[in-house]
Amino acid sequence: MNGVFDPARWRPAPFLPASDSRDSSLVFVVAVLCFLACLTALGVLASDRAAAGWSRQLTGEMTVIVRPKATETPDSAAARAAETLAGVAEARALEREKAEALIAPWLGDAADLADLPVPRLVAVTLEREAPARAEALERALRARGLDAVVDDHSTWLEDIQRGAAIARWIGLGVFLLIAAAAAAVIAFATRAGLAARREVVEVLHMAGAQDAFIARLFQARFARIAALAGAIGASGAAILGAGLRLAGGGDGLTPVLPVAWTDLLAVLPCPLAAALVAAVAARLTATSLIRELS
Amino acid sequence: MSRNPYADDALDADDAVVRFDDVSMRYGRAPETLKDLTFSLPQGSFHFVTGASGAGKTSLLKLIYLAARPSKGLLHLFGQDVEQAPDDIRPFLRRRIGVVYQEFRLLDHLSAFDNVAVPLRIAGHKPDSYRQDIAELMAWVGLRERMHAYPPTLAGGEKQRLAIARAVVGRPDILLADEPTGNVDHEMGLRILRLFLELNRLGTTVLIATHDQDLVARSGKPVIHLEDGRLVHMGPVNPAGRA
Repeated sequence: MNGVFDPARWRPAPFLPASDSRDSSLVFVVAVLCFLACLTALGVLASDRAAAGWSRQLTGEMTVIVRPKATETPDSAAARAAETLAGVAEARALEREKAEALIAPWLGDAADLADLPVPRLVAVTLEREAPARAEALERALRARGLDAVVDDHSTWLEDIQRGAAIARWIGLGVFLLIAAAAAAVIAFATRAGLAARREVVEVLHMAGAQDAFIARLFQARFARIAALAGAIGASGAAILGAGLRLAGGGDGLTPVLPVAWTDLLAVLPCPLAAALVAAVAARLTATSLIRELS
Repeated sequence: MSRNPYADDALDADDAVVRFDDVSMRYGRAPETLKDLTFSLPQGSFHFVTGASGAGKTSLLKLIYLAARPSKGLLHLFGQDVEQAPDDIRPFLRRRIGVVYQEFRLLDHLSAFDNVAVPLRIAGHKPDSYRQDIAELMAWVGLRERMHAYPPTLAGGEKQRLAIARAVVGRPDILLADEPTGNVDHEMGLRILRLFLELNRLGTTVLIATHDQDLVARSGKPVIHLEDGRLVHMGPVNPAGRA
């Protein structure tokens, strides 16, 4: 600083130096953790949406398995029976070839399917507003004298819902683990920062600064760093999410991992959450270390 | 601004701002550094703490500026038993004590002016209320031209005077100084002594730990002489040469 010092124009400098050579490493580590946390959140949202879509498809349809009798045409009989039911939007008998194709993998090429009593399948699409129940459909089929079983896909549905719940819990666990790791990193950095600035802390302490006053200095500093890192990590995750959404399309990743544009909003709270975690971790660490001085 | 709740405390009947009653002190599990000290410092008094290296001079000051706790006995500051004082009161007690550390403890990233302002900012004063006071104080300690300098660029004597300015800027009731002339030449030592005497004349209780026998002799002020952690003499300089 050159020139005459003018006390009238003096503005107090911050008690802690504005920057530290270790800040960039801390920003990098916290940004990576925030990126992973945001990616986890996007993954959970996408898998949840996929599970919801599959559930919707399964609950909107049923399959009627009709065992043919010698004296009737089971396909049309089953379809007609289904069409008469309330809550059925459409019933479509699958061709024999399709039914044979479905069981071919289990019987192999050697079997002559023409000689076997292959069950005929009827795909039933339910009405959205008041879908028919499997029991009602079975009663109607029996009333028409059809030897048929209704598969409402409940076995698959349970599997999918269980899988989705497991994915959600795993996602939440990973998210919490990452948040805890971020807090630990920040607590470690605070401890290192306090150790490096012990002289400042001691001078302030001995000059009569209250513990909370000193802790607030570190709290504010690390909250700022974490908010910046959170913004970088969240932006990275949002860019990757947008890339997945754009690269998805009909045949790409989207059907498997259906990321929606609105999912990207989930990363918005990340800088605030990171700042909050950092502030709490820094305050607890700083308070504990300052008390050691007393 | 955080108000000092002890600012208006009534002192003891004998106006002692510092009172030691059979106080001992040790670091961790080490042997006692200070042993069974009993004395008091009246308000507005001026004493030197003397003794050989390791006699316990710095430890005695640490007890008073609340950087250490007694392992035994009662220590009263401003009529308050410091061990009974709640933790949230201790910062307010510290604000009434100015300390000149042996190693200065200046903050290298702050200018000289900012270093002096630290105690006032901590006490919650606004810059407008103390800018001029600090400028005048800096001139008083001979650092008018160095207000914008940073500690690493200051000479030893300048650092010493800056540390003194920081210690007195809040007009403390007690001023403690640990070897304040240890890093300066004889002439500067006398200037610093005159500065302390002037502060004492204004009502500040002054306690200076020093090896500098000439400084003690010139001041004519009483001594607290320590040997191996024990108080062996308190009063005028012993003509026999002790302190």
